[in-house]
Order: sequence, then C-alpha cells, then structure tokens
Amino acid sequence: MSAKTAPVWLTAGVVPLVNVAVAFLAAGLVVALIGENPVEALQIMLRGALGSQYGLGYTLYYTTSFIFTGLAVAVAFHAGHFNIGGEGQALMGGLGAALVALSLPFLPWPLLLPLCVLGAAAAGAAWVFIPAYLQAHRGSHIVITTIMFNFLAATLLVYLLVGPMKMAGSMAPETARFVPAATLPLMNQMAAWFALTITRTPLNLSFIFAILAAVFVWVLIWRTRLGYAIRTVGANPDAAVYAGISPRRITVIALLISGGLAGLMATNEILGVQGRLINEFTAGAGFVGIAVALMGRCHPFGIVLAAMLFGVLYQGGAELAFDKPKITREMIIVIQGFVILFAGALEMMFADRIAALYARLTGKVVAA
Amino acid sequence: MSEAFQLILLAVDSAIRLSVPLLFACLAGLYSERSGVVDIGLEGKMLIGAFAAGAVASLVPNPWLGLLAAVMASVLFALVHGFASISQRGNQIVSGVAINVLASGLTAILGNAWFGQGGRTPQLPSNARFNEITLPFVEAARSVPVLGAIYVEVISGHSVLVYLAMAMVPLTWFVLYRTSWGLRLRAVGENPAAVDTAGLSVARLRYGAVIVAGILCGFGGAYLSIAQSAGFITDMTAGKGFIALAALIFAKWRPLPALGACFLFGLLDAVALRIQGVSFPGIGQVPVQAIQALPYILTVVLLAGFIGKATPPRAVGVPYLKDRS
Repeated sequence: MSAKTAPVWLTAGVVPLVNVAVAFLAAGLVVALIGENPVEALQIMLRGALGSQYGLGYTLYYTTSFIFTGLAVAVAFHAGHFNIGGEGQALMGGLGAALVALSLPFLPWPLLLPLCVLGAAAAGAAWVFIPAYLQAHRGSHIVITTIMFNFLAATLLVYLLVGPMKMAGSMAPETARFVPAATLPLMNQMAAWFALTITRTPLNLSFIFAILAAVFVWVLIWRTRLGYAIRTVGANPDAAVYAGISPRRITVIALLISGGLAGLMATNEILGVQGRLINEFTAGAGFVGIAVALMGRCHPFGIVLAAMLFGVLYQGGAELAFDKPKITREMIIVIQGFVILFAGALEMMFADRIAALYARLTGKVVAA
Repeated sequence: MSEAFQLILLAVDSAIRLSVPLLFACLAGLYSERSGVVDIGLEGKMLIGAFAAGAVASLVPNPWLGLLAAVMASVLFALVHGFASISQRGNQIVSGVAINVLASGLTAILGNAWFGQGGRTPQLPSNARFNEITLPFVEAARSVPVLGAIYVEVISGHSVLVYLAMAMVPLTWFVLYRTSWGLRLRAVGENPAAVDTAGLSVARLRYGAVIVAGILCGFGGAYLSIAQSAGFITDMTAGKGFIALAALIFAKWRPLPALGACFLFGLLDAVALRIQGVSFPGIGQVPVQAIQALPYILTVVLLAGFIGKATPPRAVGVPYLKDRS
C-alpha cells in the first residue's frame, strides 16, 4: 500500500492491529484444539501479567530484554539488513559484561558499572562485526552468517563455562559471582532510596536503559545525518551512492549499532538479575526481537509497545502454565510464531483488503 | 583386521547415520532455493515432520503411516511458506523464521497436551519403527578381506530411509540436469522473467519446488523420530536444519557435492561424539566444542569467498512480480 495515499493511522495503526489480532486468533485455535477455553486462558494471562505489582514487575523485566533485541533488529532493518543474530550477540554481550566484571573487581562502582554496560554493548557489536564486514565487502549474506554466528556464540559460551571461566567447585556451567559494584540495582531497591515500597521482582535499572535506548534509536534514525544515511541505504543502496553515501560503510555501522543493542540485552539478565554469567541466559530473546520489531514496524515507539505485549505474554504465559498444565509455556512460542507469520511474512495479506475497504467507505482512491 | 581399520569403519558408519537427516534437509533446500525461494525453515519442517511421525507411529504401529504423516505435516508447513513467499510476495526469511518458531512451539505444546510426557511422544515398539535392514550375503561377505568388512559394517545394516536418502542424490541430479522440469526449475531461480516469457508459470514451478522440499524435510524428520530414535523428543532437530543449510551453501547448491558436504558434517559430528575426554599425543584434549563449531566456521569462511566462491541462484529470495509497473 502506498504511504502517500493511505492515511498513517490506517497503515501504521489498523493494519498491524489486524495482523496481530489474526495471530492471536490462530493461537486461540491452538488453545481450543488442546481442549482449553481460549477466553479463559487470555483472562488468566492478563491477570497474571498485569493484575499485581509482582506480575507487573516480571512483565516489565521481560519487556526490557525484548526492547533491546527488538531495537537491534529494527536498526538493521532500516539499513536493509536482517540481523537474525541477536541471540548470539546478546550471549556475547553477557560474556563482555562478565569479562569486565570479573577482571576489574577492584574498581569502584561508578567506574565498574558503566564499564560492564559498555563491555556488553562492545562485545555484542564485536560479534556482528565479521558478518557485517563480510556482508558489506564480500557480499556474504548476513542472514546465513549471523545464523552461523549464533551457533558459534552458543558453542563458545559452553566451552568457556565448562572450561576456562567455570567457577571452581561448582558443578553448574557458570562463572563466579560478580562483586556487588558490578551489578545493577533492582527496581525495588531503587524505590527504597525514595522511601517507596514495591514488591521485589527481577525488574532492574536496565529497564530505564532500554527506554533510553529506544529514545536513542528514534533520534538516531529520524533526527541525525547518520540515521538518514542508514534509511537511504536501506531504501535504495544504488541511490545512496549517488547521494555520496557509502553503502558499505553505513552497512557496517548500522549493524554494529544493532549488535551493540542486542549485547545490551545482557545488562538486564546478567548485570541485573544473575550477577554471574550462565549458559543460555538469552532464552530466545533474540528471536522474540524479530517478532517485536516486525510488530512494532521498526519504530521505537511501536517496539516498546510490542515488547510490552510480549512481556505480558511471557509473564502471563508462566502464570497460565501454572494454572492450566496443558497450556505449557511453549504457548508463548506459538503466539510468537503466528505474530512473525502474520505481522511479518503475510503483512500485506490484509493490507490490500483493508485499503480497498477504506476506499469504498470514504470514496477516496487509495493505491493498493 | 587391524584395530585402526575397524575404528575408521565404525566412524564412517556413524557418520552416515548422522548425515542422513542433513542430506534430506539439504536436498530439500536445494530444490527450494534453486527455484528462487530461500528456505531457512528446513529446521522447522523437519521438526514438525519428526513430531507427526512419532505421534502417528505411536498410535498405529506402522512406520510407513508415520512417514506419511511426517510428509503431510511438513508439506503443510512448506505450503504456508510457499503462500507467504510466492503468492503474497512476503519476506522469505521472515516466513522461514515463522515456520521454525511455530514448529518449535506447536510440537512442544501439542505433544504435551496429547501424550502428557513433557513434549515427548511415547516410546515406540520395534514394529512401529524403520528397523535396520541386513543386506543379502552379509555372512558370505564376512570372509572377504577389507571389502567384505566395508560391506558388513558400512553398507549393510541401515534403515530403509538411509538407502532412500542416498538414492535421492543421483535422483536429484537426474531431475535437475536431465529433465525439462529440472531445467525450468533452475531457470526460474536464475531468471524468472525469462521463464514467464516462455509461457510457463513461475508460481507453479516454485510451488512445485517448495512442495518437494516439504516432502524431503518430512523424510528427514521421520528418520529422526522413527528410525534413528524410538519416538519424538522436544526440539530433537537441534539445529540440523541449519547445518543442512550450511551444507547446501558448502555444496554450492549442487546435489553431488551436497552428499559430500553432509557426509563431512556428519563425520565431524561423529568425531565430536567420540573424542569426548580422549587425550591425543602432543595435542592433549581437543575441546568437543571446537569440532562442533567447525561446520559453522567452514561455512562462514566459504561464504567470505576465501575458498572458492559460493554463488547462490541469482533470483533467490526475490519475489516475482509479473508486471513491474
């Protein structure tokens, strides 16, 4: 659908909502198929995710990770590339944070904590550098190389956690605990500084970082020269050359920013909650980022909303699995799959029809 | 017979077993991508196939019905991918991701709801599986030195799906390079406009290729759950679809090298299983992860163009629009 003729509220509001609604309908069918009531399931999910301070805290804690990985996918998308490697970049972000935290434990927190956060972003960016460079200079498809790098990251982390970085005396694949100066305060601790009492949940300072990252991405993409270059390369790399923009350079820069954002996901899980590096801590957040970015139409505001929806799904899904053992936590993955299908691969399926309907109702001609 | 020779035979034998699912998925990807449809959903199609095979074989103890179910489930997913990629001209990568995520979620939730074993399907009795076939003259061959041992240890004693996978390689070569459908398929992946001009339907050819990919992934999935193992386990494909994708690139989208690439990656897998905790003279222990990482590293190096150039079909990933207005 042409953005020039169809109003924004239709293309950026109604169409994505319809797509997501269809995804949920499909998921509801799956619930019905296994003999449960979808409406009741939805109620339990919403109550579990939003009905208490405890639920809300967990919801926002999940949201934090998804904002980072969603932004990561979006920045790459704006440059015309599909960074499917958020999972691996986030794992490496954890490694970067852990390396800083474990090697400089003597630093005071005002130094150590920012360094740990930077370590996470730098390691995430570093992990995408080779795929980015190969895409830009040798034309190696970024999708394939980042898939390979996801597996490489997982393998590398297992090697390090059962070998060189394993905590002595522990059976689990994990590093030693970080010093307190290297961990982010939990939201309930921060509330206590202002004499407020809120329920203890894993929600931590990185939620604020995630919101700041969303603002940063918005400013970057729509208010800076670099963002303009990124969008130009994404829209038409050939035209970009005539505008004096190097698609190669912009590709590498955009993907490094993308990798850095994915790496920051580790601030939530590793610096915020675990306080040590553990195996497989990303738990699929990198792939949720794809669904979040598609659903949020690669706009930071949409991404924050979509990340919250997935936060609700993750926390509500946990409650649902507790109440209804037949609907296991994998229900979230099913919904995620339908969202990627309907809001991503099939995004135009309803768009044309909605545009036609709009044209009939208003009498205006809308290009489909 | 020397011990080293016996060891090599065993390694080759297990490499064959481990490379079969890779080979099915790799050939599936070959048909799809040669027709111009990127397929990163090999993993998901194999997984849903493995689940369907395991589920049906546990209800009716007949492996052939299990195989049929696997093919049907996998083709259904392939059609979703085809609909999104060909008819709706959606993003093929995104569609593939959706297939993988959906398969992972659906198999777990349906498996748990239907069988109540935490996502597994029930343990299959021997008559519900594809069992190992002992080829004729095995007893006679035992007395023949070297060749006899190869026949007994490596060639004989696999399930029917293993032989089918091996037969698929020359068959695919024949279909691709010696039939008119194969010629059209290759053409539609390189220059769909030319095929369209010749009066053939681009969509029809691509749907055909995508369905063949679905059938082959179904075979691969069935092999995992009702031949190699006795039932479906959650996420039992464990990245094999992606290794197959790597093998496809490694083989530069050609059937005979695909066999080589899959065997190589299967062999690496077999070696990784064997060397756990083994200390080599002069090197010491080789971390298993180093060998597990090799297929991925080799593929990236190949993609970078340092060891030959892997050029994909020219129109791969580009939806075909009949009139470009």
